[in-house]
Amino acid sequence: MQNDPIPLIRARALWMRRTAFTMVHRAQLGHPGGDFSATDILATLYFGVMRHDPARPAWEDRDRFIMSKGHATGAIYTALCAAGYFPEDWLPSYMQNGSPLNGHPNRNYVPGVETNTGPLGHGFPVALGIAIAGQITGRDYRTYVLTGDGEQQEGSNWEAAMVAGHRRLANLTLIIDRNRLQQGAGTEETSGLDPLDKKYEAFGFEVQMVDGHDVSALLGALTAKGDRPRCIIANTVKGKGVSFMENVAKWHHGVPNDAEFAQAMAELV
Amino acid sequence: MSHAVEKAGLYDCRDAWVKTLCDLAAQDPRICAVVNDSVGSSKLGAFQKAYPERLINVGIAEQVMVGVGAGLANGGQVPFVSAASCFLTGRALEQVKADVSYAGFNVKLVGQSSGVAYAELGPTHHSIEDFAWLRPLKNITLIVPADPWEVEQAIRWAAAHEGPVYIRLSRMPVPALEIPGRVFTPGRATLARQGSDVTLIACGTVVHLAMTAAEELASEGLSARVLNMHTINPLDEAALHEASKTGAIVTVEEAHLRGGLGGAVAEFTASHKPVPVERLGFDGFQPTGDLAHLFARSGLTVAGIKAAARRAVARK
Ligand SMILES: Cc1ncc(C[n+]2csc(CCOP(=O)(O)OP(=O)(O)O)c2C)c(N)n1
Ligand SMILES: [Mg+2]
Repeated sequence: MQNDPIPLIRARALWMRRTAFTMVHRAQLGHPGGDFSATDILATLYFGVMRHDPARPAWEDRDRFIMSKGHATGAIYTALCAAGYFPEDWLPSYMQNGSPLNGHPNRNYVPGVETNTGPLGHGFPVALGIAIAGQITGRDYRTYVLTGDGEQQEGSNWEAAMVAGHRRLANLTLIIDRNRLQQGAGTEETSGLDPLDKKYEAFGFEVQMVDGHDVSALLGALTAKGDRPRCIIANTVKGKGVSFMENVAKWHHGVPNDAEFAQAMAELV
Repeated sequence: MSHAVEKAGLYDCRDAWVKTLCDLAAQDPRICAVVNDSVGSSKLGAFQKAYPERLINVGIAEQVMVGVGAGLANGGQVPFVSAASCFLTGRALEQVKADVSYAGFNVKLVGQSSGVAYAELGPTHHSIEDFAWLRPLKNITLIVPADPWEVEQAIRWAAAHEGPVYIRLSRMPVPALEIPGRVFTPGRATLARQGSDVTLIACGTVVHLAMTAAEELASEGLSARVLNMHTINPLDEAALHEASKTGAIVTVEEAHLRGGLGGAVAEFTASHKPVPVERLGFDGFQPTGDLAHLFARSGLTVAGIKAAARRAVARK
């Protein structure tokens, strides 16, 4: 098929995982588990869905993406770099003294970052404001926000959901990285979220569950339009792509030694 | 990590925190811990194992966490609400103000990884504003232990004290202070060293730097007194009267320059006996950097403290 974006998205996702893990290995800091669960979602958005122009990060009509789970900087920085928002030679400076690539994204340092995140539960309200601004100005951009699933325990998400549902903000898409793990344990053993779909339906969202690593399913879900805000529950695997990291809580902020790094690189092909 | 750290003569104060809390919980069934998905970062694994029913993990929900603390106190429990201090104080500030301070509940707030302990993770995770946010809440006793011994004293005192307390901890490795015969009394600064030319007033992770600076200054002919101001509220005004008599003051804190220890000391001296006060701390959001880098660029080093002491003395 001509113009099939899927091979490109997959290639970019592979590069993002390898590059993010290289950065984490070098810095001996980071959140690789959550980088990898989100990678396919970000690759699909930046390379298959969003209307954006890396040469004009402040373009008023750009689609917006808010990385609310700001700890997963390995994912957002590699996506922005692969898209061309900043040069590759920034990457080795990840979390080094004076680097623009802080442990949590800062819009004042990194082109393409829409807002500063890191404290969980901030991205969705800001995305809501961006979507309302679009309504006021009549601009037809779309706003996407990605939260973690543990992050959904923050009440600010539900306050934002109420407003989005009330205003029927069809230009707003909430994506939840449903990897079922938070920092210390599983979400369902900490403060259970299920049934997440029913909750968002009750708040006035059109809800869709997808496999968060199936690029063609993601493409379908992320390009669909309706007359209400959308919530995409992306079922994912924390640490996706590296056998010893998958579904293991300690890789939330675990960092690889040299042997683990080598094994991961051998698997990420 | 903590074994390697202890070999180097340094301690992760979270070990003293959890050991003390477990000891207290064994004697007192009212002791509970309330956390926000922060069992690991608060090092509460041992507590969770021993007292699973008294470990309340509300998930990633700090406002709920502090409100639950107030409710537990209402129900007769003695809750230690433990979370990264940036989220405990910043995210839940209104709960701390209204539910803990204004309502006056017997809640113990334990701020973990305070100051810039999270270094490279950036200003969202730094907690350098907490002193300024909490100082106006006058009934919250605000304690900043400097080493494992003070951590244990502070936790024990907090458990026995009826009323709100904020204890500011760090994961940053620190040495055990050598202050012979010291006793811990909240609201009474510890005189860590006698001196007459200038007084260095420090709290928490930087007290040992001030002590080393004073030692070096002595060999260079400047006599610096060192106060370990482990309690920021209430402030030890008697000790500050004595400090003013040395004619120059330097404050040293792993916190924002506005509204913290330095601010409190400056408020006091301005309204009593004005003397030059040089303040060391962080002047706003910090760039990306490791701990050593962040401390050095704000003068929170032995050399930086010595230079500030000389500036203060020159202003006499
Ligand atoms: C307000 C706030 N509280 C606590 C944290 C500490 N924290 C960072 S990541 C994390 C777990 C996040 O879990 P989840 O949202 O499921 O993210 P993912 O699994 O995608 O990494 C926690 C508790 C934080 N960053 N912000
Ligand atoms: Mg998760």
